[in-house]
Amino acid sequence: MDALLLSRLQFAVATYFHFLFVPITLGLSLIIAIMETIYVRSGDEDYKRMAKFWGKIFLINFAVGIVTGITLEFQFGTNWSRYSSYVGDIFGSLLAIEATTSFFLESTFIAVWAFGWNRLSPKMHCVSIWLVAIASSLSAIWILIANSWMQHPVGYAIRNGRAELTDFIAVVTQKFAVLTILHVLSAAYILAGFFVLGICAYNILRKQHTEFFIKSFRVAIVFTLIFACFEIFEGHLHGELLKHTQPTKLAAMESHWKTTSSAPMYLLSIPDPKNERNSVEIGKVPYVLSLLATHSLTGEVQGLRDFPKDERPNVWLAYFPFRIMVSLAGLFVLLTVVGWFKRNKLESSPRYLKIMQFAIPLPFIATTMGWTLTETGRQPWIVYGLMKTSESVSPIAVSQVATTLVGFIVLYSLLGLTAFYLIAKVARKGPEPIADSSK
Amino acid sequence: MLETTWFILWGVLWAVYFMLDGFDLGLGALMPILAKNNTDRKIIYSSVGPFWDGNEVWLITAGGVTFAAFPTTYAVLFSSLYSALMLILFALIIRAIPFEFREQIDNPTWRKLWDTCLVIGSFLPALLFGVAFANIFKGIPIDANGIYQGTLFTLLNPYGLLGGVLFVLLFTVHGAIWLSIKTEGELHDRASSMAKKLWPVLLVVAVVFLVATGFSTKLYNNYLQMPLLFVIPLLAVVGLLMTRLFVGKAAFWKAWFASSLTIVSATLFGVVGLYPALLPSSLNPAYSMTIYNSASSPLTLKIMLGVALVFVPLVIGYQTWVYVFFRHKVTEEELAYH
Ligand code: HDD
Ligand code: HEM
Ligand code: HEM
Repeated sequence: MDALLLSRLQFAVATYFHFLFVPITLGLSLIIAIMETIYVRSGDEDYKRMAKFWGKIFLINFAVGIVTGITLEFQFGTNWSRYSSYVGDIFGSLLAIEATTSFFLESTFIAVWAFGWNRLSPKMHCVSIWLVAIASSLSAIWILIANSWMQHPVGYAIRNGRAELTDFIAVVTQKFAVLTILHVLSAAYILAGFFVLGICAYNILRKQHTEFFIKSFRVAIVFTLIFACFEIFEGHLHGELLKHTQPTKLAAMESHWKTTSSAPMYLLSIPDPKNERNSVEIGKVPYVLSLLATHSLTGEVQGLRDFPKDERPNVWLAYFPFRIMVSLAGLFVLLTVVGWFKRNKLESSPRYLKIMQFAIPLPFIATTMGWTLTETGRQPWIVYGLMKTSESVSPIAVSQVATTLVGFIVLYSLLGLTAFYLIAKVARKGPEPIADSSK
Repeated sequence: MLETTWFILWGVLWAVYFMLDGFDLGLGALMPILAKNNTDRKIIYSSVGPFWDGNEVWLITAGGVTFAAFPTTYAVLFSSLYSALMLILFALIIRAIPFEFREQIDNPTWRKLWDTCLVIGSFLPALLFGVAFANIFKGIPIDANGIYQGTLFTLLNPYGLLGGVLFVLLFTVHGAIWLSIKTEGELHDRASSMAKKLWPVLLVVAVVFLVATGFSTKLYNNYLQMPLLFVIPLLAVVGLLMTRLFVGKAAFWKAWFASSLTIVSATLFGVVGLYPALLPSSLNPAYSMTIYNSASSPLTLKIMLGVALVFVPLVIGYQTWVYVFFRHKVTEEELAYH
């Protein structure tokens, strides 16, 4: 084990963990804002109870989201110092802008919201949760612009031995960033939607606060359905773009070895990287890969053999996560469409509710798979085509990284388990009784 | 010019961070001494509840700005201080979580667990930030390639530890004053007499620190070249005296502002002394990280300046509003919610 491998592991642990909580923050803040807006407009106290109940879960989740974010922000310097000084001119400013424009807003107004129930007018209170929702999505936008720049660097020149910014607008508006932002935000909204739907299903099944949860379900189902459909459409655009931006990732995620025109797609392949081929290929569907990647039946798709061995990512970690994510995407559409038709007769659909209650983890799996594809598929580059991951690690001792890696794993496991336990506890207990919610 | 502007902003961000997070970290560290029962502890949590998170973002911004404006300093500084910084981060994690988790389960052992986390998680960053900054003032052993030639224990030299003690005292006094503002009755009395008790110790340590700085660092060089700058340490001393004066008069808001002035000027005292270095090398001045060899390109600095000029005043505006909005005292009835 060297400092490089340990640092990669540590970054992976820290980001995967951060991204368990991030999507709930992103999606649930928006769902709560919608609930509170309905309350302000209609005066229906049920929606206020809803905002309060989901707000409790939100706050537990938010706390863990924040503390895990801070460690990430500093890890660029602690573990990837050579990377930081090489690209800080561009990458660092995006992080700083994220903090000044979003984190302040988010952290300040979540406190106003949490402590302001009795002190603010309903309207102002509703505004504060909207500010939180907007600020968290804004923070996602900035960090994803930063990440997109690592995936597909633009708007820079190599000067003074480092990458310097030449065109800020190009960095912020490049197509890769726009697609990533749409993809990740929708993913987060789907995840939060399934999270809410699952908790509702659980309670409706057990006939606890049935009405309350049916009402919540109806808010969330429309929300989730929209984004689930959008994601499939958008994901396709995202994949297509890779042909131009990251051909090695595209080839790896399709386990495509030889450059061919009229490339077929296989329902299942088993990659055999040693021999640069697939050991198993089942279910050939002609032309589809060319069609998806180039919009033409005969378009040429580059294979991995065209690239030097040391510039190829791990095929297994790109190929299977991609399949899992896409299959789940289909399942999400199916489940939300069914849910929409059943939204008025949920109580008589126990089988559907049971499925939804066990569907809560699925979007977590999808997002985790998505990031695995994106981040390992970028390897061996830390900035695609520009800087290798192996050149970017800090000059630090193995023992230092090993210690903190163990620290992260232990602390995060404890934190994560406790957080999920507490969330489950609140979810099972249900909303406060009506009389109580007036205070 | 652009680099110097960012150098000043960089210093100001750290100073504001210490001024704001300082009181909640200090109060967290004092909790076992000030609180006699669970109600007291709940009041202490509530007195900083709406503020601590917004305060901590100043740290994220100070870190982010170091990265954006002086990327090479960010890289060398954070990798050099790897272990110390990670300790601070772990501590900040365990001090933040109790705010949400403590009241979720009604059980004394559970609460005790989180209270312990809060105390450790507040004390350690206060101490370690002091140690880290004193070492920055003094210079750390970085070589020509920006590689750190020491260990975690290199930082624990007498001057570094003195800086740590100074920060702990500054923050605890600041925190005790904050609690005096936010409470009434016995807890209030305990907090204000704690501020009075800690103050003479702080005064002694502050004077020792100012003197030791003359022996351990080169900070005073800038001051001797431009004596007008002595206003900054002078303001720190004036702030410190005013703090005691106002605490004595039971004018706690004023005392809090005086104590804020002390923290801000104390930080700026060091930063101004460093200029134009951000991180001096103790091996050879030529290896130091300065605004000249570590700054970002003029384009990045300009864009960042635009963002800062628009958003920092906005942030200050709405955060001030929050402080004013939640300025009321925390009482037992107030605790019914949350
Ligand atoms: C797509 C969304 C997304 C992604 C990919 C990341 N984050 Fe994040 N982050 C958020 C979305 C988010 C958020 C929704 O804004 C959070 C989550 C929970 C929260 O409280 O805010 C947050 C919190 C958060 C915080 C605490 C902010 C505060 O105190 O208010 C920091 C410092 C970071 N993040 C930094 C990072 C870094 C350095 C990342 C890259 C490796 C990263 N985040 C990935
Ligand atoms: C939150 C979702 C994210 C997840 C789950 C994630 C996951 C990962 C994983 C698994 C690795 C290790 C890859 C490997 O070494 O093979 C990694 C590395 C890394 N990621 Fe991400 N990532 C996320 C977001 C981001 C963002 C938003 C950024 C930048 C703004 C980023 C920057 C990096 C860097 C700098 C490394 C280390 C260098 C490297 O291994 O290439 N990541 N991430
Ligand atoms: C048919 C549906 C989908 C397609 C075609 C698709 C396609 C893709 C592609 C090509 C990438 C890699 C992009 C890159 O490396 O830059 C990706 C990443 C990702 N996907 Fe999907 N996806 C789909 C559905 C989903 C769903 C349903 C979720 C979660 C609920 C999801 C979550 C993610 C995440 C979090 C990432 C990593 C961030 C990013 O690079 O955008 N995806 N997806």
